[in-house]
Amino acid sequence: MILAAWRRVVAMTIKELWALLRDPRGRITLIAPPILQLALFGFAATLDVKNIDLGVYDRDRGGYGQALIERLAGSPNVKRIVPLESPQEVRDALDNGKVIAVIGLDERFSRDIAAGRPASVQADYDGRRSNAAQIVNGYIGRIVSGFGAEVKSAPVAGTGDGAGTSVVNWFNPNLDYMWFTMPSLIVTLAALSVLSVTGQSIARERELGTFDQLMVSPLRTWEILAGKTIPAVLLGAFNATVFLVLIPLLFHVPFRGSVILFYVALFCYLFALVGVGLFISILSRTQQQAFLGMFLAMVPLILLSGFTSPVDNMPRWLQVVAEADPLKHFVVIIEGLFLKGMGAGDVFANLWPLVVIAGVTLTGSALLFRARME
Amino acid sequence: MSGLSLRRLFAMMVKEGHQILRDPSTLLIAFVLPPILLFLFGYAVNLDTARTRIGLAVLDSSEASRSLATAYQNSRWFEVATASSLAPLKAALVSGRIRAIVVLPQDFGRQVVGGGGSIQVIADGSIPNTASFAAAYAEGVRATWAAGRFPERGAGGAAPAVQLVDRYWFNPELTSRFFLVPGAMAIVLTIIGTLLTALVVAREWERGTMEAIMATPINMAELIITKIVPYYLLGLGSAVVCTVLAVTVFGVPFRGSPLALFLIVSAFLAPALGQGLFISAATKNQFIASQIALLTAFLPALLLSGFLFEISSMPRVIQLITYAFPVRYLMPLLQSVFIAGDLWGLFGRGIAVMMGFGVLYFVLTVLATKRRIA
Repeated sequence: MILAAWRRVVAMTIKELWALLRDPRGRITLIAPPILQLALFGFAATLDVKNIDLGVYDRDRGGYGQALIERLAGSPNVKRIVPLESPQEVRDALDNGKVIAVIGLDERFSRDIAAGRPASVQADYDGRRSNAAQIVNGYIGRIVSGFGAEVKSAPVAGTGDGAGTSVVNWFNPNLDYMWFTMPSLIVTLAALSVLSVTGQSIARERELGTFDQLMVSPLRTWEILAGKTIPAVLLGAFNATVFLVLIPLLFHVPFRGSVILFYVALFCYLFALVGVGLFISILSRTQQQAFLGMFLAMVPLILLSGFTSPVDNMPRWLQVVAEADPLKHFVVIIEGLFLKGMGAGDVFANLWPLVVIAGVTLTGSALLFRARME
Repeated sequence: MSGLSLRRLFAMMVKEGHQILRDPSTLLIAFVLPPILLFLFGYAVNLDTARTRIGLAVLDSSEASRSLATAYQNSRWFEVATASSLAPLKAALVSGRIRAIVVLPQDFGRQVVGGGGSIQVIADGSIPNTASFAAAYAEGVRATWAAGRFPERGAGGAAPAVQLVDRYWFNPELTSRFFLVPGAMAIVLTIIGTLLTALVVAREWERGTMEAIMATPINMAELIITKIVPYYLLGLGSAVVCTVLAVTVFGVPFRGSPLALFLIVSAFLAPALGQGLFISAATKNQFIASQIALLTAFLPALLLSGFLFEISSMPRVIQLITYAFPVRYLMPLLQSVFIAGDLWGLFGRGIAVMMGFGVLYFVLTVLATKRRIA
């Protein structure tokens, strides 16, 4: 009896895998893009601000002004200094986004410094990119105050000798943004492919009319659902394994945790995703509805996961909502396993919500499926 | 082939209109998704760091370290968990309960008496931006505390040699919502323009109804027009919804003119719709079309458009790749029309490039369709 059920599930799984991988274009869309995306988006998704173009409106033309400009030009974050000659050029450069900031030196700049009077530097930023502008402001501020301390002969800078803050960054000593992005991309890309596949699974049968054939077959509800679940989980596990190998190898992001914990967490995560995907698929009558429904779910899932911006920054009530997002928990686990070498205790503390989500969505799907069949 | 027939065009558009209105999922995407997206980008994606949870290791029982500890506890930037040793805080840093540890060392009291008083910050580098914010603010709290306690030591607050005067154009308060909400609108337009169109038209190919339509006297130009106009109107409709919500609910200023916004949105919808049609004609399969639209339209809009991540910070190769996506040109235009005003020079160039992409995609669509029929 159990053996017969087992054989039916296996047969169903093979049929589903066949349906998924039969079309060579389908095979390629499922396997090649995740790797491409990893490379493309992994490099792109950085909140660093580098290679900036900086405008300079120098009405001073004195030695100190030149020295400051050279120092700005020498910053590793500045790619190019754009000399600007009039207020109109300053406006154009900022309006058109040619530069992110303009440094303005007035006529008295060098004279003030030479005379020991406080001199001032005007910095205008493009507030449309307010986040990047603030980071650039930090760079410029450091350079200008370093310059100021140097030209001022009296040693009065700082709040006393020897006082200060030394900073150590654990887990990612150089604060390399890619170390954060790459592991998180496993979470997002696995979700994209698994939700796409499961979202389509039942809706497609329904649209093509093959659903009725399934119903009259000897398969039971759970056997049909198992047949839909296993191929998606296998696909997700395959993609994640490729990433697990490629990320340390090609991008030199360390994997410091346990591979066994990685797979335990991965399977819980994939089952939670399949639950969400099946739920959408059962509710949809056509593939189009399933895809759009998947999309409607996917966007909030990604945005609440902490990938695009930290969950800590969200309003409190939204942080509570984010607890229901499987991506959010898996991001913590994956970052922990890759960078922090997180141990079993901490992994399980973040794992049980995934198990709960998987349990709720899979049970919900099964109940809904049965209700819809009648 | 004869010229355009208004009667045929009208009849086809009525058919398309019915098709859109009949399927609730289309309307869901056009009118329910935009508010959800705007809402998420308005609240969930917050790049302005709020209170950061830190651990405070007070290894010293002097009066000075108690006083500095109180300064941290009262800081509006931090939510502090205090401990008298480092071990429990290290564990909390690994599990992610805190994002940084501020260490007041054993000899802190003695150092302060001697004119020093250095502290250490151990930040969780696995979330790079939060780590740098935490370190910078921790130093800020210490410096303020030192300046308040020893005003006579060093003229820390007195005029530095060179002072930086900052001015942020367009967005003086540096509200990230002001650029995130218009950015979300670009994503909505991408979804409707490319994803929805690719999916709906791929379905017609898949089911063979496209061939049926081609067997009628309709010509290629008419066919493409009837596919574009309804989705163009849908895109415009959701742009209106987005604009109204952005201004009324999210308080984003609208400093440009409605005409400029209309032209920008229209110019972007040309390549967006063209891309959608091309994908559907080239794949003829709903599932593959949806995957390709996701990869070549949605993810680039999110990651390669300069919306969340600065393009100038990306590696050179990826910067070049971003030029291939029309959404890259749309993003600065939309942000400008909202928070900067009508910058016709910038708009003119962007609109021309987007229209150029539009023409390219329509030519590709015609070629792909001809090949299909042959």
